[in-house]
Amino acid sequence: MDWTALRLSLALAAWTLAILVPLGIVAGRWLANTRSRSRPWLEALTALPLVLPPTVVGFYLLVALGAQSPLGDAFARVFGAPLAFSFAGLVVASVIVNIPFAVQPLQRAFAAIPHEVREAAQCCGLSRWQAFLRIELPLAWPGVLSAAVLTFAHTLGEFGVVLMVGGSIPGETKTIAIAIYDRVQAFDTTAAGTMALALLVVSFVTVALSFVLSDRWLRSERR
Amino acid sequence: MNLSVRIVHGAPPLDLDVELPAGEIVAVVGPSGSGKTSLLRAIAGLIRPRSGRIALGTDAWLDTARGMSKPTRERPIGYVSQHYGLFPHLSALANVACSLTHLPAGERAERARACLALAHVAGLDDRLPRELSGGQQQRVAMARALAREPRVLLLDEPFSSVDRSTRKRLYLELKRLHAELAPTVLLVTHDLDEAALLATHLCLLQRGRIVQHGATGDVLTRPTTVAAARLLDLPNLFHGTVEREDGVSRMHWGPHTLELPDATAVDAGARTAWTILPTKVLLHRVDRPSRGERENPVRATVADLVTLGDDVIARLVPEGLPDARLHLKVSLHVAQRNGLASGREVTVSLLAEAIVPLAGE
Repeated sequence: MDWTALRLSLALAAWTLAILVPLGIVAGRWLANTRSRSRPWLEALTALPLVLPPTVVGFYLLVALGAQSPLGDAFARVFGAPLAFSFAGLVVASVIVNIPFAVQPLQRAFAAIPHEVREAAQCCGLSRWQAFLRIELPLAWPGVLSAAVLTFAHTLGEFGVVLMVGGSIPGETKTIAIAIYDRVQAFDTTAAGTMALALLVVSFVTVALSFVLSDRWLRSERR
Repeated sequence: MNLSVRIVHGAPPLDLDVELPAGEIVAVVGPSGSGKTSLLRAIAGLIRPRSGRIALGTDAWLDTARGMSKPTRERPIGYVSQHYGLFPHLSALANVACSLTHLPAGERAERARACLALAHVAGLDDRLPRELSGGQQQRVAMARALAREPRVLLLDEPFSSVDRSTRKRLYLELKRLHAELAPTVLLVTHDLDEAALLATHLCLLQRGRIVQHGATGDVLTRPTTVAAARLLDLPNLFHGTVEREDGVSRMHWGPHTLELPDATAVDAGARTAWTILPTKVLLHRVDRPSRGERENPVRATVADLVTLGDDVIARLVPEGLPDARLHLKVSLHVAQRNGLASGREVTVSLLAEAIVPLAGE
C-alpha cells in the first residue's frame, strides 16, 4: 500500500476543490444569468474536457504548462522550478479537467432559482452581496455540494491526464490511480488490490457523505 | 406626492405618461400582454425603460435624459409578485426580516413579528412558505412588502392564485392595511370587478398605452373611446349620426332619434360610436308607457334572456335595427313583474345623460 500516493491524491483533490468550487460558483452563476450571445460557446468550452480523450487534454496541457510556453516559463522564473511534471502543474491540470464537473451542477443550481425570488431579494432592499449570501447561495447549496463531490471523486480517479502532465514521480505526481497501474504492471496484485480497495472506500465515503449532507439540508430547511 | 411615470420601452412595448395620485389605490387593468406587469417592473426598477422619467414627487427614480436610474433596492417600494417570490428556504419570519436589513440585527425579529401580525399571519413565524396555504403566503408576501414602510406598493395580480373566499378576505385586508398605512398602491389585475371593488383610480392599458385613466366610477361608466369601451367589455356599442339643431344635439340611430347630453362635443354630421351601460337602459313598465320627450323611447323585441343570480340580462332587437342587440340588465323581480320573455315587445328609454359618445372607430 502506497500511503504517499493516497496522501498525494487527497491533497490534489483538496487543492482542486479549494480552487475550483469558488471559481465554479462565479462561472456557473454567470452562465445561469447571462443573456450574452457567447453563452453557448462558453458552455461548450466548459464541457470540452468531458468529451475529449484524456490524452488529448493531457497533451495540450503539457504543451501549455511546458517550459516553452509563456505560463511554464513565467512559473519557472518565479518559483525556480518547472510547472510540468510537478504537483503545482498537476493542480492546474486537475482544475481544468474538472471544470465541467463543477460548473455544470452549479449552473443548473443557480438557473433553478426562480426569477421572482431573485427579484424579490432586490425589492426587499438586499444588497447584491446580501442577496447572494442569504438567498442565492443557500438555494444553490445542493449544486455546490454535488459540484464538490463530483470534483473530489473525479480527481481521485483521474488517470490519463495525470499521467500525461505529471508523469509518475513518487511523492510529487504519482497519485493513487497511477500507483495502482504501476503495481499491476509489476504483477504486484496484492498492493494493487489494497490500493484499489482504499480508493473504493474513500470514494464511497465521499459520495455517501454528500447524500447524508444533502439529506440533512433537506431536513434543516424546515427550520 | 404623486408618482409620475413617463416611459417608452421597446420590448415589451410601453409608451405612457401618467400621474398616479398619492395615497390612492390605482388599479391597472388590461388584457394579457398589455404591459401591466412591465409597467410595475419598470416602476420597481426591474426593467430599465429605453427612455423616460419616473419620479415620486421631486425624487427621481429614473431619468434617462440624465442617464440616471436608482437600483431597485434604493427605491421606496414594496412589491408582491404574482407568485409572491417568497424565499423558499426561509421561514415566514425570516422572509419578512430580509426586508429589514436597514434596522439593527437585534430589532429585526420583533419588527418582522409586528408586520406578520399586521398582515394577520401571527403565529406562523417558523413555517416555511411551502407549509403555508396560498392565502397565508400572500399575507406573508404582503407583510414582507410592507415591512420597509414603502411609499409605493406594487401588487401584481396578488389575488389570482387564491380561492374565491380567501380572495374576499384578502380584499378586506388590503383595504384595512391601506387605510392604516396609506401608501400609493398600484394593483395590476385583469379583473374589472376586483378593480371596481378596491381601487379609487383606474388605469386602462392596451398594447403598452394608456387607453383611459381617472376615478374608477368615471372610467367604468363613462369610457371616452371605443377601445376603452371594449376593454371594459361593454356590450352596447353602436354607431349613429349626430345632428345639431337650436343648440340641441341629437343622434340618428336607425329610425330612432336620440337626444344627447347638453355638453356633447361631437361634430354635427359625424358618424360616431356610442355606448350605454346595460344597467342604464330603462325598461318601461308595461302598465305605464313613457312620458316626456327627453326620455328617448325605443321600441324593441326581446331576443333572449339569461338569468344570472338576482339579475336578468335581456338582449333586445330595437325596432328597425334587426342586427343590433341592445343589452338590458334588470333585477329578477323587475323582469318578472314586467313579464319579460323571449319574443315580447317592450319599450325602453335611453336617457340622454346615460348615452356616452365615444371617440375612435
